[in-house]
Amino acid sequence: MNIIVCIKQTFDTEAKISLENGAVKEDGVQFILNPYDEYAVEEALKIKEEQGGEVTVVTVGPARVEEAIRTALAMGADEAIHIEDEAAYGDEYTIAEVLAAAIRQKSYDLILAGNQAVDDGSGQVAVRLAQLLDIAHISTITKLEIHGTQVVAERDAEGDTEIAEASLPVLVTAQQGLNEPRYPSLIGIRKASKKPLTKLTLADLGLSADAVGRKVTPVEVFLPAAKGAGRILEGDTAMRVQELVRELRQTSKVL
Amino acid sequence: MNFTLTEEQEALRKLVRDFAMKEVAPSAAQRDEEEVFDRAIFNKMGRIGLTGIPWPEEYGGAGLDFVSYVIAVEELSRVCASTGVTLSAHLSLASWPIFKFGTEEQKQKYLRPLALGEKLGAYGLTEPSAGTDAASLRTTAVRDGDEYILNGTKMFTTNGGEADIYVVFATTDASKKAKGVTAFIVEKGMPGFTFGKKEKKMGIRSSPTVELIFDQCRVPMANVLGEEGQGFKIAMMTLDGGRNGIAAQALGIASGALDAALEYAKTRTQFNRPITDFQAIQFKLADMAKQVEAARLLTYQAAWLEDNQLPYGKASAMAKVFASDAAMYVTTEAVQIHGGYGFTRDYAVERFMRDAKITQIYEGTNEVQRIVIAGHVLKD
Repeated sequence: MNIIVCIKQTFDTEAKISLENGAVKEDGVQFILNPYDEYAVEEALKIKEEQGGEVTVVTVGPARVEEAIRTALAMGADEAIHIEDEAAYGDEYTIAEVLAAAIRQKSYDLILAGNQAVDDGSGQVAVRLAQLLDIAHISTITKLEIHGTQVVAERDAEGDTEIAEASLPVLVTAQQGLNEPRYPSLIGIRKASKKPLTKLTLADLGLSADAVGRKVTPVEVFLPAAKGAGRILEGDTAMRVQELVRELRQTSKVL
Repeated sequence: MNFTLTEEQEALRKLVRDFAMKEVAPSAAQRDEEEVFDRAIFNKMGRIGLTGIPWPEEYGGAGLDFVSYVIAVEELSRVCASTGVTLSAHLSLASWPIFKFGTEEQKQKYLRPLALGEKLGAYGLTEPSAGTDAASLRTTAVRDGDEYILNGTKMFTTNGGEADIYVVFATTDASKKAKGVTAFIVEKGMPGFTFGKKEKKMGIRSSPTVELIFDQCRVPMANVLGEEGQGFKIAMMTLDGGRNGIAAQALGIASGALDAALEYAKTRTQFNRPITDFQAIQFKLADMAKQVEAARLLTYQAAWLEDNQLPYGKASAMAKVFASDAAMYVTTEAVQIHGGYGFTRDYAVERFMRDAKITQIYEGTNEVQRIVIAGHVLKD
């Protein structure tokens, strides 16, 4: 079984976000492997342990993302592909096109990815990728079973569980609850630095910067307004209701 | 000269920090309060390879270095000094002498399960009347056929009672004093080996400190570690490296206390200003930070010397004295910065300060370390 896992390096979920020149400031921020992608890596490793095969992780990003790659390799992935090219860091469209080009060069039975990244939370890349590769996808899964080429997954459907079937090759995205990711082991850390890591550029993938240029441009990046102090309404019930309705209409404009 | 950690060492620090935050920190205050040891944490440490960091893979180790080991003890101690010393005693005191002096058979039988974290190790040297004067042991070992019969009592044994494998020192010939001491590997459950009093301590309260009692305990000859009469040398050489594990523990305590003090000082306001605006607090934080940094450099240097097969006895003694004094100083100041809150058990700095004290005492008191350092300085 050839398994590909798409990963992304994201900010630590504990990180304090600050802005500089209209962009999120990266200085002094800890980076981690996106937690949803950690579920995807874990699931790939479990399948490999049960059924044999190879696990390849693929990511797009600047040199710093290599740390996330090493984490996945230390957990037990076999090899990695790192697309490092300024022109590849566009929007979800760009990343999906670049990943598709890289993955088309490989043979694969199963592609795993996180349901979303904890930074921008768009949840688009993996699904777009399945579309580009013209394979089925099952998103936000909490359970995965593979028998031969038959795939049965349970997916989180707004609080209910939906059971979806597909046949390989298929792309699935991991939701919280799918598994409990292992820690990398120390032996894994030691071996990670010796595992094959292929660096690619857009040129290596036969892509031109123009063809994969971003379709969406952020107009403005801003932090949410600081949360103000609460206000306790005073007076009798009628007065408080009146005041509450006025607040909802005029201040928060929800009515 | 290069002060940069390797990519592997950085990855290890990140892993252990993450592990410590998720698996160790949440229960640290409660384990301290209830004075309970949690074997499940040790077992989890074994699964990721922390219990055998520097040993080769053929003995179940991770094949990393001693710098990685001290980083691991530091990171664990940053959140729980008891867990830090559990690892330090297991690895430096119990596993190290078996790695260094054990036969191939002993390494496979004892070092391997220790390295894999399947077994927990401990070290029994100190006795009621033989602490710093370790050569005047009263525990005896008398040869009887293919066995030795051990009689006597060891005290203050870290991991005692919970550990499965003990490196124990006994005298096989009292007339020879230090040269009559022999080291033995004793297994929990061997007839005649029982546990006595569990100490009620000021700090490191979730690390058990227990009395070992040997009453006609028969230990096979195959369990003699090194040669008969080599025990005192083994004990001292073990402590030479072991004290750097304590330096790492002290460094972790100091580093945890500094972080807690920084976080508190940034959010605490008095006179409508964060207290970090006051120079009195700034100077405390500056002094604490420099103590932590210097302790770190000495500790890493001693580990680096061992990794490079260079003499490290002096360096580890310096690291141990400096880091433990730094831990006592930094934790005391951290409590001071917290004011009245720091004196309550609701804040971790209270525990850190209690935990720091022992690092100035065990694995050779700081007074003994100064004798060791003076010996080197005068000889060099």
